[in-house]
Amino acid sequence: MRVSKRASGALAVGAAFALVASGCSNSDGGNGSDAGATKDGAITIHGVQPENPLVPANTTETGGGKIIDDMWTGLVEYPNDGGAPRNALAESIETKDSKVFTIKIKKGTKFHDGTEVKAKNFVDAWNWAAYTPNGAANGSFFSDIAGFDQVTSVDPDEDGPQKAPKPAADKMSGLKVVDEQTFEVTLSAPTAVFPTKLGYSAFMPLPDVFFTQKPEAFGKNPIGNGPVKFVSWEDNVAIKLTRFDDYNLRDKVKVKDVTVKLYQSEDAAYADLLGNNLDFMETIPTSALAGEKYKTDLGDRAKSTVTPTTAFIAFPIYDKRFANPKLRRAVSMSIDRQAISDKIFFGTRKPADSWANPLTPGAPAGNCTACKFDATQAKALLQEAGGFQGEMVFYYNADSSHKDWMEAVAQQVKTNLGINARAEGIPTFAVFRQNINAHKMTGPYRAAWQQDYPDVENWVNPLYVKGGSSNDGLYSNPEVDALAKAASGAENLEASHQKFGEALQKVDADVPTIPVYFYGQQSGHSEKIKKLELNNVGELDLSSVEL
Amino acid sequence: MGRYLVRRLLQLVPVFIGTTFLIYWLVWAVPGDPFAGKCGERRCPPEYVAALTEKYHLNENVFVQYTIYMKSLLQGDFGTTYSGRSINDIIATAYPNTLKLAVVALAIEAIIGLTAGVLTGLRRNGFLDNLVLVSSLFLIALPVFVVGFVLQWTFGVQWKIVTPTVSSEMPFSELLIPGFVLGSASMAYIARVSRTSIAENRRADYVRTAIAKGLPMRRVVGVHLLRNSLIPVVTLLGTDLGALMGGAIVTEGIFGINGIGRQVYRSIVTKESATVVSIVVVLVLVYLLMNLLVDLLYAALDPRIRYE
Repeated sequence: MRVSKRASGALAVGAAFALVASGCSNSDGGNGSDAGATKDGAITIHGVQPENPLVPANTTETGGGKIIDDMWTGLVEYPNDGGAPRNALAESIETKDSKVFTIKIKKGTKFHDGTEVKAKNFVDAWNWAAYTPNGAANGSFFSDIAGFDQVTSVDPDEDGPQKAPKPAADKMSGLKVVDEQTFEVTLSAPTAVFPTKLGYSAFMPLPDVFFTQKPEAFGKNPIGNGPVKFVSWEDNVAIKLTRFDDYNLRDKVKVKDVTVKLYQSEDAAYADLLGNNLDFMETIPTSALAGEKYKTDLGDRAKSTVTPTTAFIAFPIYDKRFANPKLRRAVSMSIDRQAISDKIFFGTRKPADSWANPLTPGAPAGNCTACKFDATQAKALLQEAGGFQGEMVFYYNADSSHKDWMEAVAQQVKTNLGINARAEGIPTFAVFRQNINAHKMTGPYRAAWQQDYPDVENWVNPLYVKGGSSNDGLYSNPEVDALAKAASGAENLEASHQKFGEALQKVDADVPTIPVYFYGQQSGHSEKIKKLELNNVGELDLSSVEL
Repeated sequence: MGRYLVRRLLQLVPVFIGTTFLIYWLVWAVPGDPFAGKCGERRCPPEYVAALTEKYHLNENVFVQYTIYMKSLLQGDFGTTYSGRSINDIIATAYPNTLKLAVVALAIEAIIGLTAGVLTGLRRNGFLDNLVLVSSLFLIALPVFVVGFVLQWTFGVQWKIVTPTVSSEMPFSELLIPGFVLGSASMAYIARVSRTSIAENRRADYVRTAIAKGLPMRRVVGVHLLRNSLIPVVTLLGTDLGALMGGAIVTEGIFGINGIGRQVYRSIVTKESATVVSIVVVLVLVYLLMNLLVDLLYAALDPRIRYE
């Protein structure tokens, strides 16, 4: 559910672009920045305490994810402008049939402990993450690879007393080291999007020393291969990083020290930002967004951007009251998304009009015909569906700020369709997800989806295909499944994207969920930072920072 | 005295076991599966959940879990959180911070509260008395987070006299404002209680005698009056240390202090019984010991009180 990655875009302007082209290290600065100050400069950025020790394949939350993104460089990287991924550590990724990939990595790149990054480091890391007894949270990302079923085992009685059997093998048969810089990956079925996935943090290489110690110990003192290396981590206080001077790939950082200050409250961080005690804050707290206060506080140091995340309302299709697509369409068309965006989010979030977030490569924009607000048609549809009996309760988790917009949605459904609708909060995200996972929801509920990697595939397979990892409403349409399968196995990305587009048209007819709005992000920085860029998911691109 | 102390210390044992079990059971009873929300909007892989369930004995019943926990606790091991961090480390880093903050708050409330109480108790209904009355009512009425945000905004963001949040070294100077915020409500109570107590004893016979035999006013107030009026104030201050430590969650959040408040909150939400109990165990000990200390102080303040 979280996304990698850094990568300065092709849009990087002026001096920064020249720097990339010439491949040199320290820039002469630009836009009023001072190269000297930048070179020895230190910045403090906002962060939250990572929940787990920092092991890439075991990190599923953004607190630790951001540190991992900065500390590691993967085979591919995602440009800041959201464009198609391009090679980072990979010299080339070649395939003839989207099934067997030959991956060559660049020579002479190093881990922070000075050892060279070799093909073996990838193969070992992936095998470790996929092997069930290691219990890595991101293990399922390797399910495309041949032999994955040999290294995994399922607990026969879920949570019961029986233990899962030991897997048949501890290495996937689809991974083969060819030489020091080359390895071959065989997938169990053709998957055109596989190279795109490789920028996700689960696919990062691990140094040899990782395999000689406990993952927890490594995670408290992690060794990556990215532009910054680990210095220290004081729980709940700060994680200190510093420039890795032996780094020789594109996204070298220009400042020297980066302190990630771990905050408990966003308001405290915001006060520090205003007091010039903090240099960058990715998400300005809601309290400062109200009445556009942040604009007066920060002036031109406030930055607005859009991120590839969509807020949905999902239907529990397993509940037969919601089985009729016409009813679902009626509910969707009775929601005035523009009003919600203007009145509740002060325009910081955009009304949704497509199924896959339009910032994602391959995602067709504006393909959600059910997202149009049309109260008359909605009413007609509801009548055709035979009305709705009883109360329609919209559920949300009350430990995060969803109350306002969910109540607005319920109110609109009530006014425009005459259904007895209301919104109800479930105390915590954990209880909320527990009910969703157990398929026990009795009304539509909020959901959000942030892409794991930039490709439309990530907006179809997990959400709308039978058995998809986040298809919690148990939506199933054989036509969508067939199209998605054909798209996943297409020989190239263009063909794959086209097929996914067709699949989404079928989804549009069924309305299994309701896209409501696209997320926006308001960030702020201190007077010290003269130049910065945000990456494709709105995180700070460290390599772009100049003082 | 010695026997009394031993008896009191022995009493701690059942209280200790009772509170820890109650808390363990309460957190255990919080609804929600600890791993349901851990992987965002999708299910965690079953292998991952199974591995953790096994490791933390989550498929056992609450009594077994509690016994396993207590066994390692008695060996000085608080266990680990679900993400593998040692709870001993968490306590070792978070507790000193909260304690430091609470002690600063306690000192501020004792000094300001007592001074205001003594002055107003001696000169009732004067201008100062009314001023203290109004401002203490004001402080009691204001929620802590309002006081916190206002002071942080004024001193940290507008005037830039202090940094808005406390840095990790926690120097004393940076703790003054958070300490004042944390202690503000109790400070007002201390002022009220000591004022009443002083005013009441001011009319007592022994004070009249002391004045009549010509003792200087400083001695009458400092030795005779204050010592007898301090008992309710000491009770208040003593029990307040525990309350300040446990109740610092809001102040810690506003000023970015890495204390126990947030740890407890997070652990309750994620159903980490072991972490909650471990932190609370130490709090319980603080409460019990402070109460004992207060009782012993009574004897020092008032010779009429003796312990057998």
